[in-house]
Amino acid sequence: MRSFLYILTALGVMALAVWAYHENHRTQQAQAELHAIEREIRALREALSVQRAEWAYLNRPERLRQLAEMNFDVLGLVPLSSGQFGRIEEIAYPLPGHDDAPDPGLGHELGRVIETLGRIEHTAASPETTTMPQEP
Amino acid sequence: MIRIPLRPLARVLDARARGRDPAPIERENLRLRHEQMRDRTRRQAEWRLLFLAALFFMGFALIGARMGLLAASPPLEARPWQGENIAADRAEIHDRAGRILATNLVTNSLYAEMRHMVDGARAARELAHIFPEIDGESLARRLTDPERSFVWIRAHLSPEQVQAVHDIGEPGLLFGPREMRLYPNGRLAAHVLGGAGFGTQGVTAAEIIGTAGIEHRLDERLRDPARADEPLALSLDLPVQAATEEVLAGGMAMLSARAAAAVVMDAQTGEIVAMASLPDFDPNRRPPPPTEGSPTDSPLFNHAVQGVYELGSVMKAFPVAQALEMGLVNPETMLDTRGPLRVGRFSITDFRPRGASQSVRDVFIYSSNIGTARLAQMIGAEAQREFLERFGLLEPSPVELAEAARARPLFPSRWRELETMTISYGHGLSTSPVTLAAAYAALVNGGTRVEPSLLRRPQAAPGERLISEETSAVMRSLMRAVVASGTASMAEVAGIGPGGKTGTADKPNPQGGYYSGRVIATFAGAFPMNDPRYVVVVMLDEPVDTTGTEPRRTAGWTAVPVAGEIIRRIAPLLGVRPQDTAEIEAALGLR
Repeated sequence: MRSFLYILTALGVMALAVWAYHENHRTQQAQAELHAIEREIRALREALSVQRAEWAYLNRPERLRQLAEMNFDVLGLVPLSSGQFGRIEEIAYPLPGHDDAPDPGLGHELGRVIETLGRIEHTAASPETTTMPQEP
Repeated sequence: MIRIPLRPLARVLDARARGRDPAPIERENLRLRHEQMRDRTRRQAEWRLLFLAALFFMGFALIGARMGLLAASPPLEARPWQGENIAADRAEIHDRAGRILATNLVTNSLYAEMRHMVDGARAARELAHIFPEIDGESLARRLTDPERSFVWIRAHLSPEQVQAVHDIGEPGLLFGPREMRLYPNGRLAAHVLGGAGFGTQGVTAAEIIGTAGIEHRLDERLRDPARADEPLALSLDLPVQAATEEVLAGGMAMLSARAAAAVVMDAQTGEIVAMASLPDFDPNRRPPPPTEGSPTDSPLFNHAVQGVYELGSVMKAFPVAQALEMGLVNPETMLDTRGPLRVGRFSITDFRPRGASQSVRDVFIYSSNIGTARLAQMIGAEAQREFLERFGLLEPSPVELAEAARARPLFPSRWRELETMTISYGHGLSTSPVTLAAAYAALVNGGTRVEPSLLRRPQAAPGERLISEETSAVMRSLMRAVVASGTASMAEVAGIGPGGKTGTADKPNPQGGYYSGRVIATFAGAFPMNDPRYVVVVMLDEPVDTTGTEPRRTAGWTAVPVAGEIIRRIAPLLGVRPQDTAEIEAALGLR
């Protein structure tokens, strides 16, 4: 009985040693993985800062201005001016009962408003854009 | 503890005397003693057990607590490794909408270690080939010097240059990572940003320190490791700054001016939305400070902050506002403007005389020196000095630039009647455009003091009251009239309703007296005048308009059209809605 207990204890100790070794190994693996991820994060952060700098560099007002001037015949961009502001009253809104009266359905109604706005924009034919950089 | 003897003599003798055996007495005492000993050892054993149990409990508790803490602690993100205890992190600088004005870029530095060097002379030759600015011979001397073990070659390299150096195939040439300060917008806002350079250098990192401008003034904040991730938000607006610089550069070229400066400031909070000074420079390659000639001719010189100028008639707004505020006059009070006005051996004349008497309104609109001098006489020296002091015109600007604190306004130490009169129309008191902008903001914003600032300040409590709401309203109406019908008519922008005051001041000659034909032309104003949101100051140094039959130098022909174009370009960018000009003027009581 007594020797059986001894053997059992010895086996238990051995099992625990194996488990501890295993855990230790796993910890080291996890740490190595962590370092790899940290390195990757660092590299990505660096790349991100480079790309942010590049974005700012490519969007610098001087370059955008030159591009707008070079492509003027295609884009027709001019600096924003006060004349491009509109008033809400200037938007022609179809009267109820008129042929263009919007349908009761909300989706339809919105579609109509957008259509009307689009038409006005076409007739006004004023360049609506600015040469200034747009943030992402 | 009383130790009982095993064979107490008294009891043994007594037992013997009675004829009994004394042995049981001894046995009994021995038994009692053994019981005592047993109790003692048990107590000791119990204590030991308890002690051990406590020890084990504490040990396990410690391990358990540590595990719990580890499990509960937030995961830490990796920071770029920084060797040699050099903090290379530097906070970015953004504009008011978060666009990048200054950021950091990791590049490589190039150095040589002699113990790995195979052929120093060849390496020097090849390097001189790649980098034209490197002197091959002196580098070869340094690379073959047996005394040296280490040589810095270049602070930063582009990726292409790194590859080219790799291709030399010299094992002694090594790269170290380097953070570099980058200003992606180039020359834009160069004087505000200033520039940065390297401080302490190590192989793997180098300290970036600001050398001028806001980089120098707020260096500690930018280098603070705890706030390195938090960008510094300036009050500048990138598109407005770009438009201002573009228009100013165009105006300066057309009018062949030596220098130019412009400041756009929020009239309520004092936030500087744009600040330009020309000629400018690229902060990525900040030129060395000039060693000869006047420092004011250097592109490094910030004319908007460092330059103090006698700004001429724009200063007339202050005596007029003060005379109104003191109740000495109202806009319709007639003043004697017969010229020339003699004070001692000095005489004051008007550029264009307009009769023997004019109302205060006309004195301001048509810029009469004599009329303003008369107002100054009524105000008196002491009151005038105190008034200008409260507007901040007699002290260095508090704006957050390293150069600002050194730019002290110049004014006479003896402030008597003659000085009072000349200062009233802008001669004898030199101040910087940014200080003037802050003072004009106080004139038009309802009368409260503003502190000019380059930092984003969304909510600023109104400052100390300098003039009453009513006086401010009269000043707005007078300034609008200057643009609508006076000397600044070329600044008119339909729907924006700007107002302001022009100033043309003869430049003081360093040898004494004033130059003739060299002027500082200034426009100081605000828009929209019925509720001023932004103040604009434009200053040109020695402009001349040659489009007419004779050269014209007055501000109305030089600074004013430039200011008008700046206002026309920036008003929509700043979200100032166009209004009906008639409505603006009706609100100001002009119609």
